[in-house]
Amino acid sequence: MEVYLDNSATTRVFPEVAAEMTQIMCQQYGNPSSLHLKGMEAEQILRRSKETLAKILKVNEKEILFTSGGTESDNLALRGVAQARQRQGRHLITTQVEHPAILQTMHFLEEQGFQVTYLPVDAYGRIHLEDLQRSMRMDTILVSIMHTNNEVGAQQPIAEAGALIKRMNPNTLFHVDAVQGFGKAKIYPKKMNIDLMSVSGHKIHGPKGIGFLYVNEQVRLRPILFGGGQQNNLRSGTENIPGIAGMAMAAKRLYDNYDEDLRNLEECKAFFINGVSQIEGTRVNALLPGLPHGEETAPHIVSVSFRGVRSEVLLHALEEKGIYVSAGSACSARKPQPSATLKAMGIPQDLLSSTIRFSFSVFTNREELEYTLSELREIVPILRMYTRKR
Amino acid sequence: MFRAFLIKYAEIGVKGKNRHLFEDALVHQIKVSLKRCDGKFFVHKTQGRIFVEAEGEFDFDETVGCLRQVFGISGICPVVYAEDEGFEKLAERVVDYVDKVYPDKNKTFKVNARRARKDYPKESMEINADLGEVLLNAYPEMTVDVHNPDIMLSVEIREKIYIYSEIIPGPGGMPVGTGGKAMLLLSGGIDSPVAGYMIAKRGVKIDAVYFHAPPYTSERAKQKVVDLARIVARYTGPIYLHVINFTDVQLHIYETCPHEELTIIMKRYMMRLAEKLALDTECLGLITGESIGQVASQTLASMAVINEVCELPIYRPLIGFDKQDIVDVAEKIGTYETSIQPYEDCCTIFVAKHPVTKPNPKYIRRHEEKLGEKMEELVKTALETEELIIVE
Repeated sequence: MEVYLDNSATTRVFPEVAAEMTQIMCQQYGNPSSLHLKGMEAEQILRRSKETLAKILKVNEKEILFTSGGTESDNLALRGVAQARQRQGRHLITTQVEHPAILQTMHFLEEQGFQVTYLPVDAYGRIHLEDLQRSMRMDTILVSIMHTNNEVGAQQPIAEAGALIKRMNPNTLFHVDAVQGFGKAKIYPKKMNIDLMSVSGHKIHGPKGIGFLYVNEQVRLRPILFGGGQQNNLRSGTENIPGIAGMAMAAKRLYDNYDEDLRNLEECKAFFINGVSQIEGTRVNALLPGLPHGEETAPHIVSVSFRGVRSEVLLHALEEKGIYVSAGSACSARKPQPSATLKAMGIPQDLLSSTIRFSFSVFTNREELEYTLSELREIVPILRMYTRKR
Repeated sequence: MFRAFLIKYAEIGVKGKNRHLFEDALVHQIKVSLKRCDGKFFVHKTQGRIFVEAEGEFDFDETVGCLRQVFGISGICPVVYAEDEGFEKLAERVVDYVDKVYPDKNKTFKVNARRARKDYPKESMEINADLGEVLLNAYPEMTVDVHNPDIMLSVEIREKIYIYSEIIPGPGGMPVGTGGKAMLLLSGGIDSPVAGYMIAKRGVKIDAVYFHAPPYTSERAKQKVVDLARIVARYTGPIYLHVINFTDVQLHIYETCPHEELTIIMKRYMMRLAEKLALDTECLGLITGESIGQVASQTLASMAVINEVCELPIYRPLIGFDKQDIVDVAEKIGTYETSIQPYEDCCTIFVAKHPVTKPNPKYIRRHEEKLGEKMEELVKTALETEELIIVE
């Protein structure tokens, strides 16, 4: 049995999406900038895809900017705003638990002379609005907060943060990294005071190499790629039409079936948390007190620490059973790099390298999780027998 | 302009009656290596010379790169060759050669002719003098220096006429296959690929064994070993890589023996398994990347205890090398980048904080006895479930 529980890393493409993309690559392969009919055909696909995505977010289609994925969207949002607004201020705010695409870009901006405040998180991986309030300054040009944490599934209070930012300084822009949140939650930028939002195609059963950045039409960005001036000069390069169409189709499929999928995911998650908690020496991370089934965390991510088990050994043991998961911390014995998120949450040292992330998708079902739980019940005690002797 | 190479080889020249065997092996290895290059090549030997001639289009740099990986070659000389159309024509060709290869004529030179075809009308000394004169007339800036010339212009008169002056150094050593075969214990580290390279350089064909311990070592760790074998195989030719699942043997030792002795006992079992494989595949020895004192299991005391389980000799070409020396070779042969990828160490979980550095053979033997018949079963299973990967 093959059980893929690493959907936060990437997802399986919907078959109808793959079919649609093949069709476009073989038939409507034109360049949307070409003047002839073939080009117009491609432009139509581009336009329709934009409409689809804009409708899901309840935004204007002009505000959708296609990129190569989450990393580029994050880079463009941060560097594009920082460059365009450096005269208004040189201060940015983010959190300690962001994806490297944000954190590394922030480090780059620090080298360029910007100041960055990194908000701490509590034991549940959530920022506190008071910290955000205290960090806001007159010269804060941008706040960037992720919607859903990729490692533990903690969800940040995005709407509240958006309201707070605009109340304190209407000139401060608000960027949201929604790579893990889009498709799993309903996010409406206009209602949540979000000015920029990053989304990736391959996390929502679309193809890799495509994503988009929502950019509020009032916001001026400086491009990070220069060239033929496509997409209003903001992102040069021939548009990835098959990727764009595939991503839009996948997003539509997810939001058309939203309620049912969400119910299924929540059920799977509750079932799994329940089962895994019964294995001795485990701890499910980021669960808020009084909400034992992770009611306030992302519906598709469960982070579990297995005391006394090295995460990558457990990962490979599960792999032998056809179960694919992710180690909560990217770790190599040569250079242990415990996850920044888990550290920021104050997870005890001995659990940092014992944490596994299980992430679900619309394809995940109860039977797969039962199989996974039964393998875990068998493997975990065996692996514990062979831990490092002291 | 160059369409052929003259291959120089050093040590083979002194091999007496076996000489032709070495030369044939070298020709074979050159042919195998050139399969990786674009183009067709004709490789042949005549009178103590090996020639590689390109038939049609070929990539000069790529071809030289392949030849530089063939053990036994001490030098690669790009040559120009032509039919013998008389001395006049030869003189023209030599003038033309110098013009194309040395745009700057402000150089000293010497002509070194070799008349392998004795019916050629001029003697070597005569050819030297006459061609020297022709060159001096053609390029007045050039001067003759017979002791230490900038350009040593060689002209060989055979069935055809060959002109060359540049020597690109080869790797040296002896052609793979002339020295028998040995079994390399290949890990994912820096040392073992270098050890394999060095033994192969002495003409030894290499088989390799890798001990895989899933789930403690990952598929990527195994892939890394395959990648390393592939790099070494550029020099040695195809490598038969035996992958042994070592997990159960390791866990049984872990459960049964004192923790400080784990690594030593584990290594003894690796040697036993490697020796069995070696004997089955006609290998005449084992090769490891050990160097004295590098880790606890590489002290003289530890290696003595490891040696006693084997009848076959264990060759340790890096025994006196410092780590940096090994790294230098690894970088030169192109294995270093791959070796330092951080996949191998998942099994550090088994390593004791303070492993023994002076193991007592008596204790080790006694503790091994406790492993009992179960161990024999596990060893048997490990050998039976071996996976063979042919790496080219």
